Amino acid sequence: MDSIVTVRALRKVYHVPEREAGVVSAVASLFNRKTREVVAVDSIYFDLPPGEVVGFLGPNGAGKTTTLKMLSGLLYPTSGEALVLGHYPWRRERKFLQQITLVMGQRTQLWWDIPVIDSFEMYRAIYEIPHKQYRHTLDELTELLELAPLLRKPVRNLSLGERMKCEFAAALLHRPRVLFLDEPTIGLDVTMQARIRAFIKEYNQRYGSTVLLTSHYMADVEALCKRVIVIHHGTILYDGDLLGLVHRFSPEKTIVVELREGSFDLSHFGRVIEQDGARVVLRVSKDDTPRITSQLLANLPVLDLTVEDPPIEEVIGQVFAQQEVA
Amino acid sequence: MKRLFDIYYSYMKIVIAMQLQYRASLLIWAFSSLVWVLIPLVVWVTVAKSQGGQVGSYSSGDFAAYFIALLIVEQTTFTWVIWEMGERIRSGQLSPKLLRPIHPIHEDVAWNISYKAITFALILPSALLIGWAFHAEFHPHVWHIVVFFPSLISAFLMRFVMEWTIGLVGFWVTRTSAINQIYSTLFLFLSGQMTPLSLLPRPLEMLANILPFKWAVAFPTELVLGRLTPTQVLLGFAIQASWLLVSLIAFRFIWRLGISRYSAVGA
Repeated sequence: MDSIVTVRALRKVYHVPEREAGVVSAVASLFNRKTREVVAVDSIYFDLPPGEVVGFLGPNGAGKTTTLKMLSGLLYPTSGEALVLGHYPWRRERKFLQQITLVMGQRTQLWWDIPVIDSFEMYRAIYEIPHKQYRHTLDELTELLELAPLLRKPVRNLSLGERMKCEFAAALLHRPRVLFLDEPTIGLDVTMQARIRAFIKEYNQRYGSTVLLTSHYMADVEALCKRVIVIHHGTILYDGDLLGLVHRFSPEKTIVVELREGSFDLSHFGRVIEQDGARVVLRVSKDDTPRITSQLLANLPVLDLTVEDPPIEEVIGQVFAQQEVA
Repeated sequence: MKRLFDIYYSYMKIVIAMQLQYRASLLIWAFSSLVWVLIPLVVWVTVAKSQGGQVGSYSSGDFAAYFIALLIVEQTTFTWVIWEMGERIRSGQLSPKLLRPIHPIHEDVAWNISYKAITFALILPSALLIGWAFHAEFHPHVWHIVVFFPSLISAFLMRFVMEWTIGLVGFWVTRTSAINQIYSTLFLFLSGQMTPLSLLPRPLEMLANILPFKWAVAFPTELVLGRLTPTQVLLGFAIQASWLLVSLIAFRFIWRLGISRYSAVGA
């Protein structure tokens, strides 16, 4: 099937005014304005097929948000091309805007002083949602996100978690086909994160919408995305399976051994990263794993043994750390 | 069209509800609009009385009438968009508005109209009261009053588009308050808010004719006082229309240029 999002050689350069601290340089900058070029996104390529949920990963300042802003039409790219549902996003054609949404965890799109339901009503008018469909979608969202007790409250009186739920509902009232989610769970407690996550999954399955999501919480990514795109310093380091990322970037495996008794010193098998009585967690190189596993089984009173990939969070951390060194 | 109507209707319902939550602030703003008109009114009436009742072609009753008409015109046409646009662009609050499938100017127009619908409930009775207290004298013909309303609408549109466009300077300049200040000062003197323009020194009066401010405020004001001939009225409408057209063209052009520079900070 055709791609919903196509990105080709997309690039964004910001011109940032720059000056030294202090009054003298402040005066000097009046006459001689210096700007520095910051390459936020440096010629990236990717495609999103319909219905896919893709995680967009990278440290702060990697270019994730800039990319999302370009794809949702807030920013003009410096060069390159992006097509979303067959539209150039930055032209912000009505047909395009009616089919996408951008949710930013740290920004509100609701009107601060009025009850949530009034904001929703505004969105109904702005997005030309037929009354019948509006009521249906609203009921559905109210149920999925348990909004009923919140609808009559002004937005400023909501807690962050409550507001995020309403934010999501508002962003989805027009049933967008493409969702750009920028840190949708930031600042939320674990329960609320799980709730939002489940909701995104449910929405994606129900409507087959395409989702591009950034998050600092690996749990979000693991729960929602089979595929991830890793971006760092504006360039794409990896685009593929989440599992593939681990295989490719992590040279190690984790072996968890449970022994029948007492404390053995296992440090000559590999790096001991955790020891809790008879339970030992070892980190060994991928190539040595089969050999070490059989040695452990042969020489020790092993009750249970599992081989795992290291946590994705750690792998990602390693990816970025390697890049810094390189 | 039906869509726009639906959107305006929804906006206005909401804005009115929202504004009514802040009754105290609403009262204070309306009061400050009154003060802005009362000060020059009192000054000019005093001057007229001390000069034997007349300054130029204005008697003290004429002055009272002038400033009451001005109050209505100013209240109808004023905007706060230069300040607001600057703030929005600087802080990134423009972003959510850009994601909606409707041009952000519509929200501002609806907001402006709603605010005025409420404040007029306070301004109109005050205007009547001031008129009575200062013995205002109105001498318009019926036709003056009939054409006053279209002149008011076109003044509103012209001023709105013009000021919205000036607000777009925020795409290039981080702090627009200085520009706002210069604009407001020029506006204050050359729109007829401080004094009827015919009382200004000749060169300033000429300048006022060339600039758009007069056509947004003094023109409808003098019109409803019955001070203009049919030719002057026709000319006024033509000039208003020209400024509206110029503003619209500038608006489209500058908006396109500005938006391509927008860096959506924060949001």
